[in-house]
Amino acid sequence: MSATAAAGHSLETSTGLDNRKLLMWLFLGSECLFFGSLIAAYLLYRDKSVSGPFPSDTTTADGVFHPGLFDIPFTSVSAFVLLMSSVSMVLALAAIQRGNVRGMRIWLFTTAMLGLLFISGQAFEFTEFNHEGLSLSSNLFGTTFFVLTGFHGAHVTIGVLILLSLFVWSLQGKIGQAQSLNIELAGLYWHFVDIVWIVIFTVIYLIQPELKL
Amino acid sequence: MTLAQYGKGAPAGDEHHDAGHQDKHPGALEYAQIGVILAIITAIEVAIYYLGLSQTVLVLFLLGFSAIKFSMVVLWFMHLKFDNRLFSSMFVLGFVLAIAIFTIALSTVGGKLV
Repeated sequence: MSATAAAGHSLETSTGLDNRKLLMWLFLGSECLFFGSLIAAYLLYRDKSVSGPFPSDTTTADGVFHPGLFDIPFTSVSAFVLLMSSVSMVLALAAIQRGNVRGMRIWLFTTAMLGLLFISGQAFEFTEFNHEGLSLSSNLFGTTFFVLTGFHGAHVTIGVLILLSLFVWSLQGKIGQAQSLNIELAGLYWHFVDIVWIVIFTVIYLIQPELKL
Repeated sequence: MTLAQYGKGAPAGDEHHDAGHQDKHPGALEYAQIGVILAIITAIEVAIYYLGLSQTVLVLFLLGFSAIKFSMVVLWFMHLKFDNRLFSSMFVLGFVLAIAIFTIALSTVGGKLV
């Protein structure tokens, strides 16, 4: 088998394309529906909570003002970290496609660490919100917010596990230029997780109407 | 004509070009440049958030910048700009359906973006 074939770029399939890559894109297409539904659910129920805490500054029917929960500077740093992890991920792919295994390892590990940093930030944010009285069952905002961002966090966690697995396999000599498609597939998943956060960061965190219930 | 040739019109029989377009992927420098642009856009988004613009203008700017970031990651980092169109079709199909669900849900049940 040639190196190109091993990399999965000239397999004799009915499409002429690598089935694993095709399946990954199909999976990511279905994930669009998954996260699209969760974001829509959040927007539907964001201002339907009858008691606090609320995402943005809110005045309830009894005239009480509730300050918003979101910490934009903190979340901006988290968004930046995840965005930069996409850069390091694509640099890992560029490295292995040039046959630079050491470079790939460095960038893969960097990506995994940035992913861990993001998850740590999310855990901190969840803990802070919990201290403010927001939980999965406290109100509709809590339910939809934690389900949406929790599922995203779970995706990031799975991505980190995939990246660390690839890193260990590369140390064992199981990942070389001929297996670059494995890195590309992991990269597609990772970049998808990043673009979901691009949408969440804008639609959930930055676009916050002042609520009057 | 195979489905792969549905892609970029690469010459028949050139399977390497048909299947992956890997040789057309950008280099590390271009990726880094895109990364810098993405970081700058994120900084602008956050700055705009604090400018105190009207809600409508704010939403237009934020959605616009978000769409630019989304497109840059999908086109360059995920290589849809360079890869076969069949991959794009898979993703665009899911994305369009998601937007449809999003729009229908918000317009019929009474949710709103702003």
